[in-house]
Amino acid sequence: MDTKRRKFLKMAGAAALAGIGAPALIKLNSTSAFASEEPAHEAPAHGGETAAHGEIAAATGVRLGMVIDMRRFAEQPELLDQAIAACHKVHNVPHFPNDRKNEIKWIWKAPYANVFPELDSIHKSEMAKNAPFAVLCNHCDNPSCVKACPTKATFVQPENGIVAMDFHRCIGCRFCMAACPYGARSFNWQDPRPFIETYNADFPTRMRGVVEKCNFCGERLALGLEPACVEVAKSAGAMVFGDLNDPDSEIRRVLDKEFTIQRNPAAGTKPSVYYIV
Amino acid sequence: MYNKGTIIPGLMIFIVFVTFPLWYNGLSAGPVPKPELPVGEKECVAPAKEMRDNHMKLLNQWRDAVLRDDDRVMVKVGGKEYRKGLQTTCMQCHTDKEKFCDTCHTYAAVQPSCWDCHLTPAVAASKKETL
Repeated sequence: MDTKRRKFLKMAGAAALAGIGAPALIKLNSTSAFASEEPAHEAPAHGGETAAHGEIAAATGVRLGMVIDMRRFAEQPELLDQAIAACHKVHNVPHFPNDRKNEIKWIWKAPYANVFPELDSIHKSEMAKNAPFAVLCNHCDNPSCVKACPTKATFVQPENGIVAMDFHRCIGCRFCMAACPYGARSFNWQDPRPFIETYNADFPTRMRGVVEKCNFCGERLALGLEPACVEVAKSAGAMVFGDLNDPDSEIRRVLDKEFTIQRNPAAGTKPSVYYIV
Repeated sequence: MYNKGTIIPGLMIFIVFVTFPLWYNGLSAGPVPKPELPVGEKECVAPAKEMRDNHMKLLNQWRDAVLRDDDRVMVKVGGKEYRKGLQTTCMQCHTDKEKFCDTCHTYAAVQPSCWDCHLTPAVAASKKETL
């Protein structure tokens, strides 16, 4: 009896030791075996994303962007209202008066402190204190909404860099709304049609249960027109629209000349909308 | 066969019940719908037979071309150019959804969801901008 117990304990101890030791041995072996291959594996995986930490690599090809000159908007307070009205008319955007929950936003007004919370300070200019800022979808180079979308209903158009929406595919999960750091997306909690003032027969409405946002007027660009808001604000120089990758474009001339800021650059989404404040 | 007396009458009742929609309508599928064709326009983007069979596929192709592939090349019909689009192209000639689309769709009991978002000419006119 005693000898049997002794034998059993010995074997159990040996087995336990082997069990504890085996993973460590396997781990040691595997690292030494694959160590030489590792750099070759890593290069392609990281090369496509960002070149180095903190460095912004510009996308190639046409990349549409916008410069919003808040000095001009502050001079003419009615200009922003006109731009918003033009956008909403063209895109059949509904209006829900005094109803923040149902609000549908394509281009809208927000105070400086909400648009640039990380740049907000106690002693800021009169304009930053008082003027409402024009806010719209930033059509990011690295959009978090596109990554979140499970159906690819929102995607980057490779031809022009627009972050587009395909309402046919949207299932209304609102992941994109949670992912967007700019609050640029709105959900249709109810049928928007009763709240649309006038219909533009050239553009569809939306239905209950889809997310919508600014589309940089993709449908107007195809007809050779500028975005509706730009068309209104352009003459006053408040908005400049164009190809960010074309060094001879008007938008690049403005960007070269003026100091501009962007919304929440720390989010790493690389927005295409620049502000002159 | 066991229980012949109940099984055979039971089967007969079942068959009569299942085929009820057929014989109730006198074995006819009702009058074939005649969608109202546009006046003055003779040519569509494809021959009538192909449009009748495959218009839904064409609409899906146009949708994907315009929205996803940014391929908005115009469609040429009889010397005239049209944009790809249900609301912007089809309904320019087929101006009455109720008398064109709905006639067949109602007959075939299909409910396409196009009009949840796209505006029919009638709906678009109901809230037209007053100049």
